[in-house]
Amino acid sequence: MTELPLIGEAAAIAANPRLAGATIGVVTFPGTLDDRDAARAVRLAGATPVELWHADTTLRDVDAVVIPGGFSYGDYLRAGAIARFAPLMSKIIDAANSEAKLPVLGICNGFQILTESHLLPGSMIKNDHLKFMCRDQVLRVENNATAWTGDYAVGQEITVPLKNQDGQYIADEKTLDALEAEGRVVFRYVGFNPNGSRRDIAGISNAAGNVVGLMPHPEHAVEAGFGPELGSGTEGLGFFTSVLNKIVGDNK
Amino acid sequence: MTETPAVAAPAETARKFNIDTVENAAKTPDTELPWAELGLKQNEFDEVVKVLGRRPTGAELAMYSVMWSEHCSYKSSKNHLRQFGDKVTEEMKKDMLVGIGENAGVTNLGDGWAVTFKIESHNSPSFVEPYQGAATGIGGIVRDIISMGARPVAVMDPLRFGAIDHPDTARVMHGAVAGIGGYGNSLGLPNIGGEMVFDSVYQGNPLVNALAVGVMRHEDIRLANASGKGNKVVLFGARTGGDGIGGASVLASESFDDTKPSKRPAVQVGDPFAEKVLIECCLELFKGSLVEGIQDLGAAGISCATSELASNGDGGMEVELTSVLLRDPTLTPGEILMSESQERMMAVVTPGNVAAFEAVMEKWAVEYSWLGEVTDTGRLIITWEGEVIVDVDPRTVAHDGPVYDRPYARPEWQDAVQADSFTGSVQDAGRPSAPADLAAAITELVASPNMCSKAWITKQYDRYVGGNTAMAFPDDAGVVRVDEETGLGVALATDANGRYTYLDPYHGAQLALAEAYRNVATSGAVPMAVSDCLNFGSPEDPDVMWQLAEAIRGLSDACMVLGIPVTGGNVSLYNQTGTTPIHPSPVVAVLGKFDDVARRTPSGWKEDGQAIYLLGTTAAELDGSEWSNMRGHLGGLPPKVDLDAERALGEILINASRDGMVDSAHDLSEGGLAAALVESSLRYGVGARIALQDVLDRDGVDLFTALFSETQGRAIVAVPRSEEIRFTDMCTARGFAHVRIGVVDAEGGTLEINGVETMNLDALREAHEGTLPKYFG
Repeated sequence: MTELPLIGEAAAIAANPRLAGATIGVVTFPGTLDDRDAARAVRLAGATPVELWHADTTLRDVDAVVIPGGFSYGDYLRAGAIARFAPLMSKIIDAANSEAKLPVLGICNGFQILTESHLLPGSMIKNDHLKFMCRDQVLRVENNATAWTGDYAVGQEITVPLKNQDGQYIADEKTLDALEAEGRVVFRYVGFNPNGSRRDIAGISNAAGNVVGLMPHPEHAVEAGFGPELGSGTEGLGFFTSVLNKIVGDNK
Repeated sequence: MTETPAVAAPAETARKFNIDTVENAAKTPDTELPWAELGLKQNEFDEVVKVLGRRPTGAELAMYSVMWSEHCSYKSSKNHLRQFGDKVTEEMKKDMLVGIGENAGVTNLGDGWAVTFKIESHNSPSFVEPYQGAATGIGGIVRDIISMGARPVAVMDPLRFGAIDHPDTARVMHGAVAGIGGYGNSLGLPNIGGEMVFDSVYQGNPLVNALAVGVMRHEDIRLANASGKGNKVVLFGARTGGDGIGGASVLASESFDDTKPSKRPAVQVGDPFAEKVLIECCLELFKGSLVEGIQDLGAAGISCATSELASNGDGGMEVELTSVLLRDPTLTPGEILMSESQERMMAVVTPGNVAAFEAVMEKWAVEYSWLGEVTDTGRLIITWEGEVIVDVDPRTVAHDGPVYDRPYARPEWQDAVQADSFTGSVQDAGRPSAPADLAAAITELVASPNMCSKAWITKQYDRYVGGNTAMAFPDDAGVVRVDEETGLGVALATDANGRYTYLDPYHGAQLALAEAYRNVATSGAVPMAVSDCLNFGSPEDPDVMWQLAEAIRGLSDACMVLGIPVTGGNVSLYNQTGTTPIHPSPVVAVLGKFDDVARRTPSGWKEDGQAIYLLGTTAAELDGSEWSNMRGHLGGLPPKVDLDAERALGEILINASRDGMVDSAHDLSEGGLAAALVESSLRYGVGARIALQDVLDRDGVDLFTALFSETQGRAIVAVPRSEEIRFTDMCTARGFAHVRIGVVDAEGGTLEINGVETMNLDALREAHEGTLPKYFG
């Protein structure tokens, strides 16, 4: 008989004991929506999620940070434009640029916040079709040398949900050329460009590879039956296991 | 907007008005008041004077006029709605924790969990200003759910618009869908389903209904009442502005016609960010047990919140109106009382919790102001700079409004409509029978406005947020997990068929319930509770009133047979343009329960070789069908209702799902078997080979009828080979008609039906999914 994915089974994924002590901070701004989902993804990957509040001035010694999706402060001005000035963000910016190179993942609104913070180049504007779009999106992993993609193979295609209104990635040609040349295009849309992003770019990294931002939502593809219907439904979990393996490797 | 005369133009300072105090009212009994402009009838105004023993002040008049409006008081429907509370069996009460009358009913889910859900209308505002109307519809229903102490977990939107090719339909459609998305997507609530119907009867009166569902632990249930003398009354959230003033009384309770000025200013404007913060802030208040009673501000704003909190509590309340934080300092007391500014809540807090309450507000940067306190006088006293402008018994405002026994009678035209069957009508000429014609007919059906794919709409909604969505549109029901440990969850479906209900309101309403019930059971969930949104024309029209009375009677009777109670809902009247009402449209939502959402059954086929069974028998029932709609006919009698059969079918589907006997199930409703077969094929792009000869022989119908009839109590299921005997044995043991009609074909990329030209799935998909983009871009 058919094996429908049994929902909830992902919770039974045995946490690698190597990873158990690792903590990953999940940032909540007023208006953040996917923080619980990001925390669940961290948990399912085997680590301990730590709540970080936008007004805090400490990162609570986390080993990595996820800035989840949503509409920080309502995003009535420009997505991420206000969040960039949150007290916690200056801590994150410092830690990302420090010697220790704190791994930081920005998803959707988190990606927008990272570009506003100048941790990543370029910017996001309204989708070319001007509508909100929610769909299961195929991405190609272009670089597995970042802190968040080590568990994927270069060229691997993964399906994760995409949902945004302002997801069209833009940058000037020089920046785009540099991103390509330096291998900093980490994900590209495959088959369908859902928002008009330049060169089908779905996600990029900083030069050091510790900061990654993307518009699609890997944290919504971590439990079979609660994510995309294409593929295994858990193809986003690799983001979180990647960073854990990186953390544990670094600490060895 | 008509000003109350006693509230003169602002003097030197913006907030100094020539206040109409209670004292003044007693002294000036003969002052003319604009009660008619505020929507009160002569007899209602006289009643207010009688209740108060004097003329009302301007502020009191504002309160009574909004609270006694049709929208807030249910004055035309109350006498009929009682049946939902009266026709209740012990079985129906078993899991009901909070019944009708609160912001939303609460149902026991087991394991200490409870679920609350409700459906409401935001029809008139959504016609006037589609984006904000639809957006604030979501906002309002979500606040109803928060008011019960629950965390909202999902929303759904049943929509009805005018003819797909009418120029104004695009305006309403684009606005409403963008508003639902723009607001709902910003709240972090997955949108898991709904419906979309196009019909010219909704041209000037689109229906934008919104459903929200929330979950809580039993101990967290909150009620809207103000108890405990000395407890503080606080208003928090957005500031009060001039939006939506008189929306309840003026907009929702009158019909649109072309002779009155534009009503645009009466529509509220939403701020989803404020709502999202309010949700989190309220949940933190609940977690700390910091509020004694809580009430959202929706229709009738502060008038409603103060009078309902006070009358549901055990005493009275005193409120200083100048303490209300304003967006617009020029608002008069009457306007402040009537304002429907969104994203506001009112709570009652013990003095000991004031500091903790304020800390939560500071954390979320939510504005608040302490307005007054609970008293034991039994009076609701509202002051303006210390002068009493309202002194009423809150019950008279909130609960003792007028109740009308509106005259109603079966319309004279009803018999003629029912006699006009589709079969044999002019429109029925040239019924397809040749294989190529049947294939063309099926393709035409699935591309038609009502049967086409609604993905154009649903892909503008976030279905994933929260990580608990187990199923969503286009499956039969939306399914959300409640408990991550156990998989406990809920399923929800909404349905209505205005055409059926027009032909026969009593049975039409039952058909809506039956379909929602069947949808929930098809997903594998056990139906538990009902919420309804009764969208009708003017109750002052005896024809419409008869439709409403019949629909309520039908619905309440059917709930008894199915054993599930109505736990809440909403009545939306005056949905008409001039003297032409919409089709009576009772939208019925059914909530079901899963012990483990892992058992949910999707509507599409996946596995090659699985057997496809048709459950239930087929009669020649084309009246009111989508096929007859496509041919421009509406007459005859809707499909027969057999609630016992629905219940039996539901039990089979639930058991089969729970025990792994079916991998796919899809209910048959609008568009009949033809629509269901195509939808199950397109769901995952997996076709089938179908032969209906056994059905034709057994039921004595022709192939066209087998495909297009909308006989109720039917579903198709895909059964794994290993489960076939167990499944058929179960159906046989229960005496339920079942016949194997084919097999899933994962290889061919086609839908083959004996006697119908083979249909290519790609072409079907193009037809099915191309319609909305064609009209709406």
